[in-house]
Amino acid sequence: MNKVVPTADDAVVDVAPGSTIMLGGFGLCGIPENLIAALVKRRITGLHTISNNMGVDGFGMGLMLEAGMIASHIGSYVGENRRLEALVLKGELDLTLIPQGTLAERIRAGGAGIPAFYVPTGLGTVVAEGKETRKIGDRTYVLEQALHADVALIKAWKGDRLGNLIYRKTARNFNPAMATAAKMTIAEVEVLVEPGELDPDHIVTPGIYVNRIVVGAAYRKPIESKFIQSGGAL
Amino acid sequence: MTGKERIARRIAREFHDGFYVNLGIGLPTMIAGYVPAGIDVMFQSENGMLGVGGPPTDECADTDLINAGKQPVTELPGCSFFGSEESFAMIRGGHMDMSILGAMQVDEQGNLANWTIPGKMVKGMGGAMDLVAGARRVIVAMEHQTKDGASRILKECTLPLTGQSVVHDIVTEFCWIRVTAQGLVLTEVVEGMNVVEVQARTEARLLVSPDLSVMTVDALV
Repeated sequence: MNKVVPTADDAVVDVAPGSTIMLGGFGLCGIPENLIAALVKRRITGLHTISNNMGVDGFGMGLMLEAGMIASHIGSYVGENRRLEALVLKGELDLTLIPQGTLAERIRAGGAGIPAFYVPTGLGTVVAEGKETRKIGDRTYVLEQALHADVALIKAWKGDRLGNLIYRKTARNFNPAMATAAKMTIAEVEVLVEPGELDPDHIVTPGIYVNRIVVGAAYRKPIESKFIQSGGAL
Repeated sequence: MTGKERIARRIAREFHDGFYVNLGIGLPTMIAGYVPAGIDVMFQSENGMLGVGGPPTDECADTDLINAGKQPVTELPGCSFFGSEESFAMIRGGHMDMSILGAMQVDEQGNLANWTIPGKMVKGMGGAMDLVAGARRVIVAMEHQTKDGASRILKECTLPLTGQSVVHDIVTEFCWIRVTAQGLVLTEVVEGMNVVEVQARTEARLLVSPDLSVMTVDALV
């Protein structure tokens, strides 16, 4: 078994226009920046993205937005992307904002074969509008549906050719959950090791969830707060 | 001492040894700087970390190590990392002793609005709705009035809600207000102000606690 592909371009070569794509990361931390760059080169359009954020103007998913590739987006916070805000206020992009924990759990449920679940989050707010609610015990909950994707693009620290992955610090975030919730999971890693080199006790994403693995050619990994302060200079 | 510093210092006095606390972005983050000596508090960052330390020097900043405000942070001994789904399981599951957030509006029912201004601001709620629905105690830390002098503590929120009847306490530079079934109860007023002056700056009706005291902000010794 060998899931390694030579380059990020090869990894995303067959991602179809109109696909639903999950992208890991929190802000610019733990994003699959090489896979995003490869996707941007292909300029496929009509994509439905699911990701906590939307990068910033000039980096990460912001590049996909600028290339006009995104038709709709589900996320929890997009405040650092002014271009997105403008598109949404003009009605040119379909944006669905949902609570971050509900987003994470909907993805987890998608990967775990749970079609829907109840949460207390968002009761009495716009988030609950049009959704079924149910009183269980003395509290009322909102029914939330699982999320699935055609493709998940995720970023890990180290991986092996079987697709086993470990993450580093807060760059883990949404990546492990998303790895479970797509038909095709493509992981980019900083370091590729031989099977057996990762301590099995430390593996966070077992290889069963991963279809392709690629070593990222280069990492810029800007710190978002500084990237914005500096006007995009790296 | 600025108003914000007064708020941060006062809330820090609420911490007990062993508390797990999530601090919101902005003013609440300042509270970490005033934890009383001898009290160990584990700060959680909802992007997947327990045991968040202070900011690093520029040359030590690690791009894989940030807080929910996307600022570089450091690791405290005993810290841990986890995925977003687990981070919010611990939030939603009632494991956080305290969640401290900023607000645009709070009202007499303990409703909170802090995430959007329709037609003007498209940012998103991030983890705020999960935090207020799941933490054992939700404290709003905010300046009492807007820059234009309007009250942020209203009879009824006019902005879209972050949570319905979720706030336990409101702390401003002027006072401490407890949200109760009877309404908002003023329990502490800062030195140099009286109840009438606080009410004059507040749209919501304030009940006065029989145990009303002066809001002390000095560090505990």
